[in-house]
Amino acid sequence: MPSSQPPIDSAPAAERPRVSPLELFLAFSQLALSGFGGVLPWAHRTLVERKAWLTQREFIDTLALGQLLPGPNIGNMAVMIGYRFAGYAGAAAAFAGLVGGPFLLMIALGLLYSRYGALPPVQQALSGMSSVAAGLVLATGLKMSGSMMRRRRPWLFALLALAGVGVLRWPLLLVVGALAPFAIIAAWRRDH
Amino acid sequence: MQTADLPALGLHFALLSLMAIGGVSSILPDMQRYVVEVNQWLSASQFADAYALGQAAPGPNMMFVTLLGWQLAGWAGAVVATLAMIFPPVLLTLTVTRLSANNPDTPLGRAIRGGLGPIAIGLTLASGWILAQSADNDWRGALLTLATVALMLRTRLNPVWLILAGAVAGMAGIL
Repeated sequence: MPSSQPPIDSAPAAERPRVSPLELFLAFSQLALSGFGGVLPWAHRTLVERKAWLTQREFIDTLALGQLLPGPNIGNMAVMIGYRFAGYAGAAAAFAGLVGGPFLLMIALGLLYSRYGALPPVQQALSGMSSVAAGLVLATGLKMSGSMMRRRRPWLFALLALAGVGVLRWPLLLVVGALAPFAIIAAWRRDH
Repeated sequence: MQTADLPALGLHFALLSLMAIGGVSSILPDMQRYVVEVNQWLSASQFADAYALGQAAPGPNMMFVTLLGWQLAGWAGAVVATLAMIFPPVLLTLTVTRLSANNPDTPLGRAIRGGLGPIAIGLTLASGWILAQSADNDWRGALLTLATVALMLRTRLNPVWLILAGAVAGMAGIL
């Protein structure tokens, strides 16, 4: 399968397995559609444990960079991993695999919702699901905050963001634009 | 929502996508503000429904924007919302990968992550707060939300079981 120039990077090329765009597409489709309640664990299982396309270390490094960039971590990882193995075609194939199946599933859910969403039992079920979904998001935020429990300044930024966007309902661009420079400088100063 | 509103929706989501530090849950409050409060295309409970349904299906969390777009304007809405949400971050990621900033552990990288991390946490908590406000109609709903938080923090249950349990609890008339 033709692909653009593979990227140069630090790992020795000889050890890297050959992966075609088609294989990337299939692997990412599969892991996306197995990923009930989060795709990341499935990505790890597929890419590191089953197919051994990446080492543990490469997986963690890719994840770290994926977290630094905006957008869904797993989406950024798909692009980086696809590109690493098969250039632009690989990046496109991995990403298309990741979102293609879920896109069609969402449309199917949307069709069901517009047909049956107004029925009382469905409304009741959705109401329960929404209460749980709110709890899931809150729990994710709390879990993420585990790493900054002991320190005071990160909490200040977290609470300001929560108050500005969640309580006062100010636009996100405004709140993040105002907080981010101070937060980054504070983090820089702590390390230096 | 009118078809004429699609470009504005696409632009707004594309801008937001570049601010989605740590994933879609940090920009959920602003999506809700834009769709529900500013433009009143959906009610708060329709928005919460879309989010909950999206979480019940496999795939990346952000794919709920497809469902949201579908609710707003059918196929066109689904395509516009999804592309707007995925393309800007993908292009940025490709650029960074090409520039071979393959090592995120530089001092600047650490400072950016360390600085943006707490903001992403605050935004995620804001998302949960806003969803809870539109989902929990009385103390029973609030109790279900709190029970979910407790279970998620204490156990390693797959969230999809909790969503299913929420659906059953709702249908059983407990809420």
